[in-house]
Amino acid sequence: MEIAQTEDRTKLNGIIARYHGDKSSLIAILQDIQQVYNYLPLEILKMLSQEMKLPLMRVYEVATFYNAFSLKPRGKHIAKLCVGTACHVRGAAGILDKLERTLGIKPGETSSDREFTLETVNCVGACALGPVLVMDGEYHGQVTMATVDKVIGTLKKGAHIS
Amino acid sequence: MANIIIDGKKIEAPAGTTLLKAARDNGIEIPTLCAHEALEESGACRFCSVEIKKGSRSKVVTSCLYPVEEGLIVDTKSERVMNVRRLVLQLLMARNPDADVIRQLAEKMGVSAQPRFIPDTDKGKCILCRLCVRTCEHVVGAKAIGLSSRGSHKTVGPPFGEDSPTCIGCGACAYVCPTGHIEMETTHDTRKIWGRTFKMQACDVCGRYFAPVDQLAFISWKTGVPVGELATCTSCR
Amino acid sequence: MKKIANAAALRQLQQELKANWDPKKPVVTICAGTGCRGYGCISVKEALEEEIKKQKLAVDVRATGCFGFCEKGPLVIIHPQNIFYQQVKVKDVADIVAKTVAGGEVIEKLLYRDPATGERIQREADVPFYKKQMRLIFGSNGMIDPTRIEDYLSLGGYSALAKVLTDMTPEQVIKEVKDAGLRGRGGGGFPTGVKWESCREAHGSPKYVIGNGDEGDPGAYMDRSLMEGNPHSVIEGMIVGAYAIGAEQGFIYVRNEYPLAVMHLTMAIERAREAGLLGKNILGTSFSFDISVNRGGGAFVCGESSALFASIEGKAGEARAKYIHAVEKGLWDNPTVLNNVESWANVPLIINKGAKWYGSIGTAKSKGTKIFSLVGKINNTGLVEVPMGMPLREIIYDMGGGIPKGRKFKAVQTGGPSGGCLPESLLDLPVDFDKLAEVGSMMGSGGMIVMDDRSCMVDVAKYFLAFLQDESCGKCVPCREGVRRMRGILEDICGGNGQEGDVELLETMSKAIIDGSLCALGGSAPNPVLSTIRYFRDEYDAHIKEKRCPAGVCKALITYSINAEKCTACGLCAKVCPTKAAHGEKKQPHVIDEATCTRCGACIESCKFEAINVQ
Repeated sequence: MEIAQTEDRTKLNGIIARYHGDKSSLIAILQDIQQVYNYLPLEILKMLSQEMKLPLMRVYEVATFYNAFSLKPRGKHIAKLCVGTACHVRGAAGILDKLERTLGIKPGETSSDREFTLETVNCVGACALGPVLVMDGEYHGQVTMATVDKVIGTLKKGAHIS
Repeated sequence: MANIIIDGKKIEAPAGTTLLKAARDNGIEIPTLCAHEALEESGACRFCSVEIKKGSRSKVVTSCLYPVEEGLIVDTKSERVMNVRRLVLQLLMARNPDADVIRQLAEKMGVSAQPRFIPDTDKGKCILCRLCVRTCEHVVGAKAIGLSSRGSHKTVGPPFGEDSPTCIGCGACAYVCPTGHIEMETTHDTRKIWGRTFKMQACDVCGRYFAPVDQLAFISWKTGVPVGELATCTSCR
Repeated sequence: MKKIANAAALRQLQQELKANWDPKKPVVTICAGTGCRGYGCISVKEALEEEIKKQKLAVDVRATGCFGFCEKGPLVIIHPQNIFYQQVKVKDVADIVAKTVAGGEVIEKLLYRDPATGERIQREADVPFYKKQMRLIFGSNGMIDPTRIEDYLSLGGYSALAKVLTDMTPEQVIKEVKDAGLRGRGGGGFPTGVKWESCREAHGSPKYVIGNGDEGDPGAYMDRSLMEGNPHSVIEGMIVGAYAIGAEQGFIYVRNEYPLAVMHLTMAIERAREAGLLGKNILGTSFSFDISVNRGGGAFVCGESSALFASIEGKAGEARAKYIHAVEKGLWDNPTVLNNVESWANVPLIINKGAKWYGSIGTAKSKGTKIFSLVGKINNTGLVEVPMGMPLREIIYDMGGGIPKGRKFKAVQTGGPSGGCLPESLLDLPVDFDKLAEVGSMMGSGGMIVMDDRSCMVDVAKYFLAFLQDESCGKCVPCREGVRRMRGILEDICGGNGQEGDVELLETMSKAIIDGSLCALGGSAPNPVLSTIRYFRDEYDAHIKEKRCPAGVCKALITYSINAEKCTACGLCAKVCPTKAAHGEKKQPHVIDEATCTRCGACIESCKFEAINVQ
């Protein structure tokens, strides 16, 4: 436990140093932390509050205000469905229903086996491809319910192999 | 100095005065929900809205923040203004059906609940006026509670919903809360607030328990006055 | 990139680079914007490079910014013949290199086919999508590699900066921008020159310039393509603006969802610094200025100026209630000019070609061009740049190619969640700031979402309110509580629980929310509701009085049934149905049990015979 704490603190201080400890870079710092841990662990945020001498309340305010941050651990695979207007008009709502059925979770939730997290995003700017599903950073365009089965099916198979 | 007219009354006010203060200084009452003399204006409740006219253009602004301008004509009860106030009350009544203060205010203003707004059951009495968090941050300086999330999920409380490590148990937030949402229980030598139990300090003169130990420690840290010198209650000073 | 000592050295460098840019030299350009990457254009690019190397041809492959014709990506252009190929796949590459690149031979099936005439079109400029466009801002996107400052320089990039620093005073720059009539491209349409002038005259230091790249309107992605495809055009504009108002520090605030834009802007800034175009003593003058890129955290409200400032300051993005202009007290309470990135990109154009030339484009009060994202139920989804004043009809039909699958146009939504839905009767409206506002919509950032007869306008209003409820910062009561309650009423209406008087209630609430809200998010939130009530009242009435959704969208008000005559008993619907509502015997026409059907649409997607009816 102690060793892990030191490692985390070193990593954290590295991130803080990247922004010269500038308090106004809080959002960028949180983004970098999330990049490392896949979410924002409470312990790390408490550490951040100490290291940067920022009230923990301030850190919490920012971490909960912006959609980019998750305070809960996220899954191995992050499925982001675009629900922007153009994608909505092209049937994104039906695709969202399909994703919820297939993964058994609602947007913002992670499956109990920690494999998948489902998120919605309000426009990724690839409207010609609508509806768009971004799976682990990869863009899938003109998504149908059949595509959802294929994409998730492939990942599920892959998970078993590894 | 600026010459303005509020509700037909000619008023002179120094530059930089808000319309709210200019009105109150001249005996014109404008209702507010989130304003407090000890705190900087918030502009969150919109209840103090007034309609201003300059030339041919008119708009609705919050009187707590809008500064006087030469030639401004202000109507504190125009139709547009009353519509805003009515909606704010109806929305808050639906959000906080148990907040008696809001219900009473609505009754006084002749505003009835909007049946199409189904009352919430999970928001307690908090109308998100922010008086508590502004007090904690700017008057007390503890920043133990704040606002988290955004939009309709916005909540007041300590970080992570956990017992706040920086709360000093001073109770200023409960004191300033207009609806009684913040629960504070002080019994003999303990005080319970925001999920924590604070040990109270006994006055070294009369023996009465008068303030949390943590609060005195905080004041000592902030002012440099040794804790020992703070252990006297206000009556005995 | 070596440091450029002064304006004269810049001109010389531009000449040298231009000389290398031989228009007769064979080059293959491929669009590498986010949209085309989604189509796999990077694989196509790599295949092209490999094949060209294999065949030992002296031809460069250049990954450029977004071409705009996103519907038909991946897009490849063979220069110097200017042969425009669309929907290029990796398997087409061998042929392209062997036949077109090496032999100049055109591959017909890769050319764009005009659905109206059946003709195959060879040149980009002749493709109907492009023909009526005026690509002043976007034109370079298809030619330059956004990661190379040399490309931007060879097209004369940074000439405006040089001109301004050597020949113009800040006041003259401001006058030029004022005379040009440039109005903000982010939505407000405020006269840019006037904004700059107020900021220059404001007291306070340091002053800031900010490029708003938050582009929160869903369905709008022109700023993304601009930041990805031609970042230097934005940077150059901002340096000119900083000189005009007297700022030393600038920020570009980019939406969290645009990682490629962040990367390209960051690279461009580094290249510009190396070249001495950013930093201390730019081009050897006494003017110093630098820019940093700030990423958003995922909040639409941060496109609003005071919320954006709060975000850069590292706080929650709440809007500011104070009645004070950003040009006087903005970022960190200092005088700030915040302009949309597309506005900034217009600045070098105005400086290079002059206010008079710029003013000759567009309408009386809306000058220049505007980039629109044409999306939704439209054949040619993409980004179009047109002079202000072009009628909606031309954009939607001539460039957009009309509505797919032969369906009927119903509405076009402009201005994002702050805008309105316009019906067919307004299709001849010229697109211009004031004309759009007059009919209850607004230009906004330029999103144009086309809807057909299968789009339910009440559902659209509900959608926007759900979006705005999610994005509201939550500070003020009218927006936080009012938008939520309006949404609740719309959910009722779409769910078959609408009541008489609901429309009137929505209208009354709208007025109070518009008047009472703290910022423009709440202040414009009722617009989609008001505009759909104004132009599509009959749909509201059908939902409320008849419990019917004419467009067949609102699940609670429709039923699915199988047309026995079209059904071939293939069994696919039964296979995909999550509730087993769709079922049937072998070789018997299948049926859908209304009671257990959730109207999820899986059967409709799977049926190859269009045998599923929606009522």
